[in-house]
Amino acid sequence: MALVVPGVRPVRRRAVRRRGTFTPLILLAPAMLWLTVFFVVPTFSLASQSLQTGDIDNGFVFAWEFQNYASALGRYWPQFLRSLLYAGTATVITLLLGFPLAWFMAHRSGKFKTMLLVLVIAPFFTNFLIRTLAWQVILTDQGWVSNVFRATGITGVLHWLGMVPNDSLMGSPFAVIAGLAYNFLPFMVLPLYTSLERLDLRFLDAAGDLYANGWQTFWKVIWPLSLPGVVSGTLLTFIPAAGDYINSKLLGNTQTVMIGQVIDSQFLRVLDYPLAAALSFILMATIIFMVSLYVRAAGTEELV
Amino acid sequence: MNWLRKNLVVIIGLLVIAYILLPNIVVVIFSFNKPAGRFNYQWNQFSLDAWLDPCGSPGMCEALGLSLWIGVVAALISTVMGTMAAFALSRYKFPGRSATNLLVFFPMATPEVVMGSSLLTLFVAMGLQSGQVTILIAHILFTLSFVVTTVKARVASLDPALEQAAADLYATPAQAFWKVTFPLVAPGIAAGALLAFALSFDDYIVTNFNAGATTITFPMFVWGAAQRGAPVQVNVIGTVMFVGAVAIVGIAQAIGSRKRKVDA
Repeated sequence: MALVVPGVRPVRRRAVRRRGTFTPLILLAPAMLWLTVFFVVPTFSLASQSLQTGDIDNGFVFAWEFQNYASALGRYWPQFLRSLLYAGTATVITLLLGFPLAWFMAHRSGKFKTMLLVLVIAPFFTNFLIRTLAWQVILTDQGWVSNVFRATGITGVLHWLGMVPNDSLMGSPFAVIAGLAYNFLPFMVLPLYTSLERLDLRFLDAAGDLYANGWQTFWKVIWPLSLPGVVSGTLLTFIPAAGDYINSKLLGNTQTVMIGQVIDSQFLRVLDYPLAAALSFILMATIIFMVSLYVRAAGTEELV
Repeated sequence: MNWLRKNLVVIIGLLVIAYILLPNIVVVIFSFNKPAGRFNYQWNQFSLDAWLDPCGSPGMCEALGLSLWIGVVAALISTVMGTMAAFALSRYKFPGRSATNLLVFFPMATPEVVMGSSLLTLFVAMGLQSGQVTILIAHILFTLSFVVTTVKARVASLDPALEQAAADLYATPAQAFWKVTFPLVAPGIAAGALLAFALSFDDYIVTNFNAGATTITFPMFVWGAAQRGAPVQVNVIGTVMFVGAVAIVGIAQAIGSRKRKVDA
């Protein structure tokens, strides 16, 4: 259909152009320069810092000091494990809460869809710290949540699970995980919503016609089709949650310290830069390793 | 029983919405409290004190002003750079495109402590004094990738036929871009800018690593105040932000859904 009318330029069919090799370079230059100077270079300076020896007063010297890594892991492995455990639990909770919510918003909300989207997005635009402080009020010892939990025996169950050390909800692993799950919930709901909204409901009828029961329909039809949303939602929740220390600091106690808190205090108060850099580097490497395994297992490479 | 099975997803959905809104409601209610002691944890007495004197807590409004300023500047710069990069990545094929995409993705996959601390080591190595400049550098860095991703999604959803139609109607490439492409991508750019501002305004962890001792942003103020009992004014700001966010997001969604209806 290459209809060439005199005086009319031939139709350009491709949205992706090859013409003008310099244009994309010029367009990309500022952003790439910024990312290189302030992201790639600092990653190397972090790596180099982590292999230095010395102290803040006499200065640090580069010395291939792998001992920093050994002492970082030796001293802080419980905080590392705890961070991964809390972030993992919080991610599972956000998935369990986010999936029904996203389904409800995508397929059952009718004319309230826009309003629900606003209600899910808007809290995300208000201050993270203020909302976390509000959890202190909600979980406070004589508050109605504490009383209801105690009366219904939920506190007892949580205590049995090791989630609540005594019978107060504040300052417990339970509070930290609930805070993490709360703060990162929108990061889970929005990708899930995008995936589920595209899901054609006729597939469900088709599954029903082929004698699939509800459970089979979910696992064989809905779940595979929502996988891109599940993968990006879990990553967007797990990664920031693993490094977070606002929740563990404001809602936890000394037994709930997460690795971010250790890195922060080593860098800014103890001023042991090499050890702190080693901790930071281990955290990054662990996350990259886990994420690449996970993405490969989920079989969705279309993330970027 | 059957009714419950059918509507279970709606019930759970509404409960999760309640979970999302609960802390915001607490923030609003406690902005009208007159706390008995330093800590604003227990309801004591209704009062408009904090609302009538929002800057009554020393240093808070200065911190708020600084955060607004940093948020606007960081959002502006990262929106310009990010939009340019998004066009390059979605409209051109060039060697190293997937590597570039990966470089854009990585900052989003880096925990904030790692990003903040690695920037700190760079600034220490460079001998750069921590302050507003280092905060701005950091905020532009972590908002940039979000702008690129948001704008890229919008550019990708455009119908190339529209630009071709403009070319058929004798528009120069520049005219086609500014009269057709740009207005269509503008909502994506606006969304990216809004997201960048929100991320910058909300950030504590990266900022704390790169702020130095005397530059205090609003989240840093709240963090510091939380240790010794946050003033009620913090709840006033939280309430204003929540209501403002509902209004802005609501208006944006309303415009978006009306547009969609017109398009259809």
